[in-house]
Amino acid sequence: MGVLMRRNAIIIFMCVELMLNAVNLLMVAFSKMFNDPSSQIFVFFIMVVAAAEVAVGLAIIVMMYRKVHSVDINILNRLKH
Amino acid sequence: MGTEFLLVMKSEMILTGIIFLLLILKVWDGIKSNTSLLYFVNILLLANFLWGFCCNTEGSLFNGMYQTNELIFLEKSILNLGTFIISLFAFDYLKENDNTLEFFILLLCTLLGMDFMISSGNFLMFYLGLELSSIPLAALCNYDLHKTKSSESAVKMILSSAFASCILLFGVSMLYGTTGTLNFSEMAPQLSTSKLQMLAFLFIFSGFAFKLSSVPFHLWTADVYEGAPAPVTAYLSVISKGSIVFIFITALYKVFPNFEHTWYHVLYLSILVTITVGNLFAIRQDNIKRFLAFSSIAQVGYIMLGISSTSIMGISAAIYFLIIYTFSNLGVFGVVSLVSSQTGKENINDFKGFYTNNKFASWVIAICLFSLAGIPPTAGFFGKMFLVTAGASKGDYLLVIVAVMNMVISLYYYLRLVKAIFIDNNDQPIASLKGSLPLRLALIICLAGVIATGFVSGLFEHITTLAGK
Repeated sequence: MGVLMRRNAIIIFMCVELMLNAVNLLMVAFSKMFNDPSSQIFVFFIMVVAAAEVAVGLAIIVMMYRKVHSVDINILNRLKH
Repeated sequence: MGTEFLLVMKSEMILTGIIFLLLILKVWDGIKSNTSLLYFVNILLLANFLWGFCCNTEGSLFNGMYQTNELIFLEKSILNLGTFIISLFAFDYLKENDNTLEFFILLLCTLLGMDFMISSGNFLMFYLGLELSSIPLAALCNYDLHKTKSSESAVKMILSSAFASCILLFGVSMLYGTTGTLNFSEMAPQLSTSKLQMLAFLFIFSGFAFKLSSVPFHLWTADVYEGAPAPVTAYLSVISKGSIVFIFITALYKVFPNFEHTWYHVLYLSILVTITVGNLFAIRQDNIKRFLAFSSIAQVGYIMLGISSTSIMGISAAIYFLIIYTFSNLGVFGVVSLVSSQTGKENINDFKGFYTNNKFASWVIAICLFSLAGIPPTAGFFGKMFLVTAGASKGDYLLVIVAVMNMVISLYYYLRLVKAIFIDNNDQPIASLKGSLPLRLALIICLAGVIATGFVSGLFEHITTLAGK
């Protein structure tokens, strides 16, 4: 929900991370239920990919901040018209 | 294992090799001229494409996590060909750029991700491939480092793709919770349309719809396409979309065959809105990249029409149409990227009177637009015909009627661009543009592809036999 409501790009990223953490918890719980380690490995990969995603995302946000001096996504409407 | 293992994964192996080679070149830092480097990379990509036709070994590795067959090799060849054409287009754009190597490293990383994704047999592999193909693309969107538009499009791209993959993963975790496995083939028989699995399917479908940019998840598309540099836009709209279509087919037919009834209805609604909204919004666009974005949304609708038919003919029609779409959309984008890299103009009105000074480029863009619209002598007509026939075989005529009516609408706006190029007068038409040799070569390949794929009837039958296996 945070992704849809918040207007600050960095907070949106945090909310995406929260969603990924929810998936991780679900995966680990199911893995315990089935006694099957394969999804625990999945969780490790999700964590790695999330870190990579945030690294690229924050770099892009820094690029944006240099140009418009804000991380508010309401400013990002130049492409609308 | 042994050497056979290398041959089964050969396309990934070669791509990894090329990426490492480029990284070493970057570190070595002894390259004097950008032009020779670009020629070198283009030759590597051509070799990569040609190598895709020999020594294809079918097989499955890592307990079914990775699998290939003839059809997947064909799909990879389509992606390789498209990437090769785009790297030819990028020649003019990158000639003056300082960061040429990074462009190709990122581009090939995404291609590697797509290759892994379309040959995945397990949700873990699929997810890794998906992320590998979408994260570097966001960096590529930001490639015009000095333009605000470019970084804006990159922010939109990374936020929406991160959100989409979260949704998709949530669906995957629910599926895991109900079946206890992540393998496509083990999961499929255990799905029994329970409520939770239905919800999981809807999550996964929305994740795919985001990536395919089908309505109602299309809002990011136009903005991202407009802001990204022209070669990257071409890549996004053809290669990235194509690979998602391939894995979408695999997911629907291999993982969710028991859900056929459900996904047909979901797809049905999605197709209706996608085709209509894509076409109606394309009419009122002035920027040519936004225009192409909406036209590509509409084309995805037609591809999904083929997929929805739940028959082998539908799958092969979708793949066949993707080949044609690759050629014709890339032809249009080639001219657009030629114009935008040399003059910076991207408005449809700027194209008025384009024909007076650029005869060849005008003919290329006109024939490719005809093909996108589906006018008979070009390949696009045959592609659309097969798709609509496949859709009609299901017996839902409303869908087919809407699709055909939308073709008429699409004819209006494609021809509006053709009219601007050939008929409209302009006091200051775009001056004669001298594209480089690779760019002209790429335009010739696209033109030949658009005309030839329609007439080589064996191609469609070839795909059908491969898909039937």
